[in-house]
Amino acid sequence: MDTPIIIKNLTKKFGDVVAVNNVSVTIEPGSFLTLLGPSGCGKTTLLRCISGLEDPDDGEIIIGDKLVYSRSKGISLPSGQRDLGLVFQNYALWPHMNVYKNITFALEIQKMSKADMDIRVKESLEEVQMAGYEDRYPREMSGGQQQRIALARMLAYRPKVFLMDEPLSNLDARLRMDMRTELKRLHHISDATTVYVTHDQVEAMTMSTKIAVMKLGVIQQLDTPDMVYHYPANLFVADFIGNPKVNLMPGWVSGQNLVDIGKFNIPVKTYNKTGDVVVGLRPEDIIIHNEPTDGAVEFAAYSVLPSGADTTIIARKGDTELTIKEMGVSKIQMDQPIWLSFKEDAINLYDKETEALITA
Amino acid sequence: MAVASKTVPSSGQNWNARLRRFFHWLSSPHVVLSLIMLAVMVYMVIIPLYRMIITTFSVQEMDLRAIPGAEIGDLTFYHWVRMLSSKISEIMTYEPLLHSLTISLGATGLALVIGGLMAWLVVRTDVPGKGIINTLATVPYIMPSWTIAQAWIVLFKNQTSGGTPGLLEFLTHSPTPDWLAYGPVPIIVSSALHYYTFFFLFVSAALLSIDSSLEEAGELAGAGRWRIMRKITFPLVIPAIASGFIMTFSKTMGTFGGPNVLGVPVQYYTLSTMLRSNTGIGNYGDGFVLAIVLILFAMTTIMINQKLVGTRKSYETIGGRGFMAQKQKLRNFKGLLTTLVVIFQFFIAVLPLSLLIYSTFMLRTGDYSFSNLTLEHWIGKGVMNINSGEPGVLLNRKIYLAAWNSIRLSFFTATFTALLGVILGYAIVKGRGTKLSKIVEQIAFIPYVIPGIAFGAVYISMFTKSVGPIPALYGTFALLVVVSVAKHIPYSARSGVSAMLQVGKELEEAAAIAGAGPWRRFKRIIFPLTSTGFVSGFLMTFITTMRELSLIILLVTPTTAVLASQTMRYIENGNEQQANAVIIILIVLVLSGNFLISRFRGGSLKKGLGL
Repeated sequence: MDTPIIIKNLTKKFGDVVAVNNVSVTIEPGSFLTLLGPSGCGKTTLLRCISGLEDPDDGEIIIGDKLVYSRSKGISLPSGQRDLGLVFQNYALWPHMNVYKNITFALEIQKMSKADMDIRVKESLEEVQMAGYEDRYPREMSGGQQQRIALARMLAYRPKVFLMDEPLSNLDARLRMDMRTELKRLHHISDATTVYVTHDQVEAMTMSTKIAVMKLGVIQQLDTPDMVYHYPANLFVADFIGNPKVNLMPGWVSGQNLVDIGKFNIPVKTYNKTGDVVVGLRPEDIIIHNEPTDGAVEFAAYSVLPSGADTTIIARKGDTELTIKEMGVSKIQMDQPIWLSFKEDAINLYDKETEALITA
Repeated sequence: MAVASKTVPSSGQNWNARLRRFFHWLSSPHVVLSLIMLAVMVYMVIIPLYRMIITTFSVQEMDLRAIPGAEIGDLTFYHWVRMLSSKISEIMTYEPLLHSLTISLGATGLALVIGGLMAWLVVRTDVPGKGIINTLATVPYIMPSWTIAQAWIVLFKNQTSGGTPGLLEFLTHSPTPDWLAYGPVPIIVSSALHYYTFFFLFVSAALLSIDSSLEEAGELAGAGRWRIMRKITFPLVIPAIASGFIMTFSKTMGTFGGPNVLGVPVQYYTLSTMLRSNTGIGNYGDGFVLAIVLILFAMTTIMINQKLVGTRKSYETIGGRGFMAQKQKLRNFKGLLTTLVVIFQFFIAVLPLSLLIYSTFMLRTGDYSFSNLTLEHWIGKGVMNINSGEPGVLLNRKIYLAAWNSIRLSFFTATFTALLGVILGYAIVKGRGTKLSKIVEQIAFIPYVIPGIAFGAVYISMFTKSVGPIPALYGTFALLVVVSVAKHIPYSARSGVSAMLQVGKELEEAAAIAGAGPWRRFKRIIFPLTSTGFVSGFLMTFITTMRELSLIILLVTPTTAVLASQTMRYIENGNEQQANAVIIILIVLVLSGNFLISRFRGGSLKKGLGL
């Protein structure tokens, strides 16, 4: 299927609060775009504007070859005419209808024959591994099962666009992992353009083809998960993505490709930047040495936190505190001196003033 | 941030887009429904109010002699001057006003004490027989409001007012004191015994919903029972008391039955009975001045009350699903209190009904001996010197017509009220946060603060002539339906809103996404999920309309008479037994309605009141 979504200069206000602020995005056909951000960043509002459940205040939305919203042309198609499906956070299964009725609701509107509906119900239930649940009522199923039925309900009428509003956040951790796998498969098979809202960065990283990180109604960065992780466009994105958190060290450019952090210098490509900067470095891009090593800086191990597969080490030097991630179980003892070196090409440099990534 | 490159549309396009945007706004169902509801409410509430005010400022037919040279419809302050500052204003306005306030405050206060105490006993103590108390507590409210007043007459009336002796005087052979027979005391007591149900229901609901951890925290802090009660429990139920106060006060201000039965015979007039006697002789100008005074007083009292309590805000502190840890042990008082409650309930539920029933078998009033018993009032063929020659109520065509009218009126009112409830609930809830929704909600509240008899008065001035497509309704059965539906708007809005709030908005949104239009969404999703609430509401309205008197007393004609108005006519004609027999019929009808409610799954008086 080839249904792009094009959003131009979209703005939505609630009273004085600007929930979505002049956002323009092109969502490529067949992609899985995740809107990621803290609560109140406008991600759900943006999704609801696309779905037609919310009327924006300005801008344009095009789904496929259909102009579904345009303020200047005074167009706003009702949700039902936008060829999309939406999975709600709380599933929104109709409690007075059984699974069969829940699924066929949309099919009846499309005037499908009974025989075809039966086939569709069977197919979509199989797709979510819930075959045989036709006669159950929502309250007779667990949260995870309801979630699958909500998915099946959307799949059954074959919308061209899938919208999902934090669909996994009401599930427990284990089920969430399973559902991630299923959702990714589902997208892989159906190839429907998908817009997915979440505040969980792991969900975003694992499932998306593109991530749009949002803050205060503005998209901060729209990129592949890989780029968002390794080249965060600004300090907000760098700080929001990654667990344990990125190390951000304020300093100033003290020479050609050298940043002074205070007690030590970090060699880094500074391009033509001068003045105050912030150095960003992921915990796994710091190497720990047990002895003094060329170019390595001496720190003290403040705390050592093993978690099985890897160990998080908090190191201190003066008032500089760094988080380091080491694979496996570390042999480092607390308060032991350690020497740290930095992977130069993994370092990102940010302008302290604008908080933006400094590039060539 | 990319700068938006906006193409400047030509003015024609611009208008086109604006028009489309306007139609888009107009096409969302809650907007359409809100606008329709606004139109309906303007027609049913605002215009009648406006017409009533205009009437007080214009010359009426019967004023022509009093104001020389005036023509009908001229602007005049005659009515206001006459009612507020002339010599007769004392008798016409101020005295009745004082009486109305005395009765309302007295009855509301007494009802609060009775209802609050009973709620506390049932919810918070280990008093035995809670189920029975709970059921019996709602019985007086189910009966017509003047039932107890009428029973009071049978028991306490004396010969000073020119009538026959009551049972008490008959048994003791000494005259019942005047203050006990007629006037404010009997009216206050009989009204309180009818309306305490509100307080009972509101306060017991509030007590039930208080999170007991709030009280336990007080106990841990070292507070004694009495202090906890005073400092924690009582403040938490204040909002409930306030709601009960508003409801009872506005009802007693506008109540007609009690004051008419127990006040008018000794010239103890209230605003409601004075209003009736004015409009009864066609003196609308003066009558409506009284109605406006009545409305203003009811409104300001309610407003002051709401200001003082801050109803909405305080409600939020309640509502935690508390686990009721301890019940107050009554210990030594248990026996005493239980006895008192039983006696009390006997006096309000069993005794009045027995007295009424007994009185219908009496040939002559005032003679309570067995030799005076007869079935004449029930199945008599009609003798000239009994009941103005009318046959017994079971053979009386007028009674059957009135009963049919009562049932019809209740049915139509309940149907339209339920319908309005659905629409108002939808319009208000879906539009939450918009100005339109707020306006609809506020206008829907207006009939609540207009006392029943004044609301009826409002409708006299309207519909006497046809206006545009609206036919003249005066004297028709339809007018009774319209006024009853209009008066029920606040209740239907409230129950509609609470029913709608129970349906998560995602459920409707999911249907919209699936392509369902507004009508299908309503039919398939919203209606099935809210219908039980509306069925309760329907049956509740059915019952209250059946026994409603104040609202329609000014509007009924001989052909549109209902059972309630018929009893009042018989009382005024002095046919006591006949009146009481009709009351019994009415009660039987209402009780069967109530039986239906309790049989219906999930339906109850409480739900109908929006609790």
